[in-house]
Amino acid sequence: MIEFSHLSKKFGKLPVLDDVSLHLTNGKSIALIGPNGSGKTTLIKCLLGMVVPDNGTITVDGSDIYGDWSYRAGLGYMPQIGRYPDNMTIAQVFGMMKDIRHIPDQQLDEDLIRAYKLPAIYDKRMRTLSGGTRQKVSACLAFLFDPAVIVLDEPTAGLDPVSAGILTDKIIAETQKGKLALITSHILSELDDLVDEVVYLQDGRVKFHKSLPQLRADTGEHKLVRAIAHVMENA
Amino acid sequence: MKKIVKYVLLDILRNKILISYTLLLFAITMTMLLLGDNETKVLLSLLNIVLIVLPLVSIIFSTIYYYNSVEFIELLVCQPIRRTSILLSIYAGLTLSLLIAFAIGVGLPLLLMDHSSTAALLVMIGCLLTVIFAALAILGSVRMRDKTRGIGMAILAWFYFSLLYDGLVLFLLFQFSDYPLEKPSIVLGALNPIDLARIMLLLRLDSSAMMGYTGAVFQEFFGSAGGTLLAFGLLLLWTMVPLWAALRRFNHKDL
Amino acid sequence: MERFVSIILSLSLAFGAAARTLTVRPYSSMSSVAGAIRSALAGDTVLVYPGVYYEKGLIVDKPILLKGVSHPVLDGEHRYEVVTIKSNGVTMEGFVIRHSGYSGWNDLAGIRLTAVKHVVIRNNELDDTFFGLYCQNSDSCVLSNNILHSRADSSAQPGNGIHCWHCTAMQILNNTITRHRDGIYFEFVTGSLIRGNKSFYNVRYGLHFMFSHNDRYMANIFDHNEAGVSVMFSHGVDMQDNLFADNQGGGAYGILLKEITDSRVTGSRFQHNTVAIYMEGTTRVRIEKNTFRDNGWAIRIQASCSADTICRNDFFGNTFDVATNGSLVLNNFDRNYWDKYEGYDLNRDGYGDVPYHPVSLYAMVAEKNPAAMLLYHSFMVDLLDRTEKVAPGVTPADLVDHFPAMKPGIINSNP
Repeated sequence: MIEFSHLSKKFGKLPVLDDVSLHLTNGKSIALIGPNGSGKTTLIKCLLGMVVPDNGTITVDGSDIYGDWSYRAGLGYMPQIGRYPDNMTIAQVFGMMKDIRHIPDQQLDEDLIRAYKLPAIYDKRMRTLSGGTRQKVSACLAFLFDPAVIVLDEPTAGLDPVSAGILTDKIIAETQKGKLALITSHILSELDDLVDEVVYLQDGRVKFHKSLPQLRADTGEHKLVRAIAHVMENA
Repeated sequence: MKKIVKYVLLDILRNKILISYTLLLFAITMTMLLLGDNETKVLLSLLNIVLIVLPLVSIIFSTIYYYNSVEFIELLVCQPIRRTSILLSIYAGLTLSLLIAFAIGVGLPLLLMDHSSTAALLVMIGCLLTVIFAALAILGSVRMRDKTRGIGMAILAWFYFSLLYDGLVLFLLFQFSDYPLEKPSIVLGALNPIDLARIMLLLRLDSSAMMGYTGAVFQEFFGSAGGTLLAFGLLLLWTMVPLWAALRRFNHKDL
Repeated sequence: MERFVSIILSLSLAFGAAARTLTVRPYSSMSSVAGAIRSALAGDTVLVYPGVYYEKGLIVDKPILLKGVSHPVLDGEHRYEVVTIKSNGVTMEGFVIRHSGYSGWNDLAGIRLTAVKHVVIRNNELDDTFFGLYCQNSDSCVLSNNILHSRADSSAQPGNGIHCWHCTAMQILNNTITRHRDGIYFEFVTGSLIRGNKSFYNVRYGLHFMFSHNDRYMANIFDHNEAGVSVMFSHGVDMQDNLFADNQGGGAYGILLKEITDSRVTGSRFQHNTVAIYMEGTTRVRIEKNTFRDNGWAIRIQASCSADTICRNDFFGNTFDVATNGSLVLNNFDRNYWDKYEGYDLNRDGYGDVPYHPVSLYAMVAEKNPAAMLLYHSFMVDLLDRTEKVAPGVTPADLVDHFPAMKPGIINSNP
């Protein structure tokens, strides 16, 4: 469960987040949507502790994350572009992350690793991998430690359709287990089957936060793409 | 933290640039040791390498490595570890690998062929300069978001410490040549790690006593146990202060 | 000489007997050296047996042989001049002379020679004396194989080791002098020889030499003296085969040559000195076949020097080979070996085809501003020196070796 309350952030004079308040509950997969520069990435970075907000608080499971780092043990993150030290092998990247988290092997979630057949290329150096393969590694890392909250930034951007499908299935499976998935994506069409709720950000403000059925009802559109377009036209 | 250092180290040690740097140092050192006719001359030539090449490679390599690792650092920041230990791990990995390169390239051949304490001091000072300039690189990279500007700053910093500063000092010395300058020149020498390192070694390389009255003043100051300790303390400070400033910035930085 | 011999002969004849031998021992009927000298006649031998003798200023006023057996000690109790020799033809040997008085207004010595001739002082050890051997207005004396040490470390300022003033034809041979003010001091001394001495750890000069013409000093060793060796206001000085080493400090010189004319420095070795040779106001001095190794400045030659010849020397590992303070150069620097020379010898005559300029830019800079040594060997300074070598602008164009030797030429002929 994640609570953003009255979050604001400026980069220089430019306001990026302006009094954002959100309440995200477990067992849901939530899409974070908005035009470029609307503050999606910044919001995610605040949650991940990469950006410190000027005002407002974020609580994860009831405790404030400010100045805390241990809450990130319950967080999995798949960045938009994953870059890793050039000369590390895939095995070493996983090894290092395991060393940092020190979680026993039997508690690890290696479904995706198997599904992507990564063990076959464990000894390849990161610099030799294609962008798609690096995304697969990022995805595997996000789920590896069985976190309660999974943050995915444009998760399917570099993936082929099959791999994207595998990832989508994994997200659905995990939310059904009661986890919280926060997804940003430009490709709205693939979110239709995936998300339960939609948060729409514009100019650093929350325009709306609705469940998908609610949104469909309000706009009379079935497809998310059309629903959003409808909202934007009427704004 | 030790874990991250290990992986960073594994990564850098397979870096082609670092490997060629090691080989180059090794080749130069061996050539000088085998062809040089007297020990002092060899050490003086090596001193030039240590004072010019080492800081340059340390600061540029560290800066580039940091910028190439920005996404990796972001990923680490999302993990349940302190930011301080992330930056320190990156720094430690970097300096350790640069030190290993220096140790293999210069330290090993030098200490095998020349057992003098001056050679040992040269190696030690080389290590300190590596550590210092890696710390300066980290500070610059943490403060500059833009890679091009960051690398530019690194080159500028090296240029300042190895050339510009000395030019300024020379200018000052001539501007105030009517005053007794021996004591102020000790201070001026101590304010630049490269100068400090050079003076400490020259004092040992015997040409020290040859520097006339100025040399005698330096000898008296840096030659004493207290002076040597102070000099090493200053060099350590040159590491700690940039590193501390970098950490302060990094801990509050928006990535 | 003949007169001297005739005096001895006539004295011997007068007393009708050959020279006698008197012995001095502690706790015997003859327990005082002064007493023995009183009863001795010219030509006698006074043998002094081991013991400590407090003579309160021993005066030798007869031509006798005063000989110590197994190092008897003459002690000046820190109050008296220990021995004063007032007669010609005295020979004194085998004593330990110690604890002379120290005085601010009177130069108390271990042994003083006042206006005497043909005195021989040899094989003595002088310990804790203010001045060691003090010769004034004397002629044809030999001081040899003595060991002199004062107490430069104590609070009192020591005097000179061997001090000669207004003397001629002196021979100073194989003495060892240490911890005095000046090891050997010559003022108005002519036609004398200083050979085979070792003078080291003196608090001022190893050798201090003024207004003393036509002297020779050779095969001596001067090292670790606070100010090195100074030779001033003299002509016709011949300096051969000496070693000048480890004279380091702000005002320390291997040799300081000031106002010297028609003199020579040859076959000597200079090593680890702050400045090996400093020349000021010298004329027609030849510096030839010396070796300069690992000095700060091998030669610092002031613009006031003229018609000097610096040739066939070897320069190795010096910080600066030559430094000068002016642009006018009236001296010759040809045919030396410089280890920093980078030229070539196409016609294989043993001398480089490209002239060599031994003065570096930074030598000039440091000459003007000594504190600039702070930057010595820095990247910037190396760059400046390189630039100057390619396009000379500051260094004197006339200070040049037209025939730099390709190989060092000295066959070591050192002490």
